[in-house]
Amino acid sequence: MKTLVVYLMAGPETPALAEAAAASGADIVELGFPFSDPLADGPVVRRAGERALAQGMRTARCLECLAATRAAVGVPLIPMTYSSLLDAYGWERFAEDARAAGATSLIVADLPADERPELRRVQLVAPTSTDDRLRTAAGTTDGWLYLVTVAGTTGARAELSPALEPLVERARAVTDLPLYAGFGISTPAHARAAAELADGVVVGSRAVEVAEEGPPALAAYVASLRDAVDA
Amino acid sequence: MTRTFGAYGGRYGPETLIPALDELEAGWRAAREDESFARELHELYTSYGGRPTPLTLAPRFAPDKRVYLKREDLLHTGAHKLNNAVGQALLARRLGKQRIVAETGAGQHGVATATVCARFGFECVVYMGSEDMRRQRPNVERMGLLGAEVRPVEFGTKTLKEATSEAIRDWIGSVETTHYLIGSCVGPAPYPELVRELQAVIGRESREQMLTVAGRLPEAVVACVGGGSNAIGMFAGFLGDEEVRLVGVEAAGAASLGTGRPGVLHGARSSLLADDDGQILDAHSISAGLDYPGVGPEHAALRDTGRARYVTATDDEALAAFHRLAETEGIIPALESSHALARALDVDAELVLVCLSGRGDKDLAEVVARRELRLIGR
Repeated sequence: MKTLVVYLMAGPETPALAEAAAASGADIVELGFPFSDPLADGPVVRRAGERALAQGMRTARCLECLAATRAAVGVPLIPMTYSSLLDAYGWERFAEDARAAGATSLIVADLPADERPELRRVQLVAPTSTDDRLRTAAGTTDGWLYLVTVAGTTGARAELSPALEPLVERARAVTDLPLYAGFGISTPAHARAAAELADGVVVGSRAVEVAEEGPPALAAYVASLRDAVDA
Repeated sequence: MTRTFGAYGGRYGPETLIPALDELEAGWRAAREDESFARELHELYTSYGGRPTPLTLAPRFAPDKRVYLKREDLLHTGAHKLNNAVGQALLARRLGKQRIVAETGAGQHGVATATVCARFGFECVVYMGSEDMRRQRPNVERMGLLGAEVRPVEFGTKTLKEATSEAIRDWIGSVETTHYLIGSCVGPAPYPELVRELQAVIGRESREQMLTVAGRLPEAVVACVGGGSNAIGMFAGFLGDEEVRLVGVEAAGAASLGTGRPGVLHGARSSLLADDDGQILDAHSISAGLDYPGVGPEHAALRDTGRARYVTATDDEALAAFHRLAETEGIIPALESSHALARALDVDAELVLVCLSGRGDKDLAEVVARRELRLIGR
């Protein structure tokens, strides 16, 4: 059984959207806490973040959104954000309050594994990561390792990155933890191809786009991904 | 290498970039131990860049004191930015990179980057906010003539902050073939130290020249601060001279050190214009080069220890200093440098050294438009 992770930007509709995603087969929901200058994100997530900030989705509101989503679904919820929010809120306090609001872990897109190692989080590794860095990330990660499939920002790509396969091989050599692949996975065909290599897939930008059409559209999209990774 | 400066600095960037930062750090360390690197850099500084740049006394500009101008405006391409661009281009060649990306605000760093790329035969892409492209038109045209591709950035404030984000995003996707030639002492380690060391030539030369022309060190050294590269390069020459006061001048609407708070932007922790939630706020300055909500982490540390003091100048004060220098000394300064000039006039010191970081040709349209508006308003 492969794991399907779906990313949603925090907003007023998030609990309903997460419910639709979970009912259609999402195993984990990542919840984006928007940042004004999201370096790791391509245009789709960047624009979604701008809209969320314009709607007032600041840290306190995002934590409320997390708690409301927690009340709506049973799957693990993982906030994904940037260092500046944690630095302003207090690193430890952020982790504690997120946990209290129902978070299972945390992803910080601009915090490499060797920076603030004491903060428990899901670590990201990339095709450019050296074997040493893979070991450091695997040794400190919280439950699973996030494999960034491409050297690039988040966003849809025409093809699944050829860099994923060698990255999976190198990661398998240093850890037995589950490996979930994300960045650039947008279609059921991508999801299926990635799931054949890794233990799970993360779908972000395309999910954010479909979520704008409402819960039924998101449910249908997530179901198509579920079918693909289970096939 | 110094990765942190007090509580600031560090590496807050996507994992994809970290190996490239390691490679850059190792390349820089090796280059510093290689005499041929130092020789080639010196050769380029002198025979291509026009170093050493002179010191000019400005008696009509500041009749009550002795104000010396360090003439980085006379450097090839018209600003101190070339010091850094030349050094990083040499490094990029050592690292085997064929493509350079850069951000630019006022366009001075973009022009310096396009210049060294032409000289070294690198492909060159410069990201620039569309608002800055409007107000710094001559530099956009210069970059084009030099063979660089200028990519407009159309979102957010359409200025230096977004241009920097886009340059970094480009680098994330091209890191194996591309060097990111950052223009200021900002960004993840090793950039703040690397840029400081390449700009330190300003401070080293100035110190020697002051001893020659004035027979002593200045009481105060004044430089403008956006990201802070001309200031950190100038200050580097005097950090050990406790009796020399170091004064950084920020734009009043972009005072990352004066009114900022700790936060993380573009790969480093520093003092930023940010709100309580860590969201970055918009900066405002007539000077595109200072119109940035962040600042180099070393400046934040120098502020905290009290070794340097940071003050501000308003748009109007900078404009007044711009006109005054033009009319009293026959030198048209960049609007960025005009902020330093404004505070040099009233700093409590008799012997003052100012970093004239760039020339003002690029600002003529903006300044003339402001003057006409003022005349109409009367």
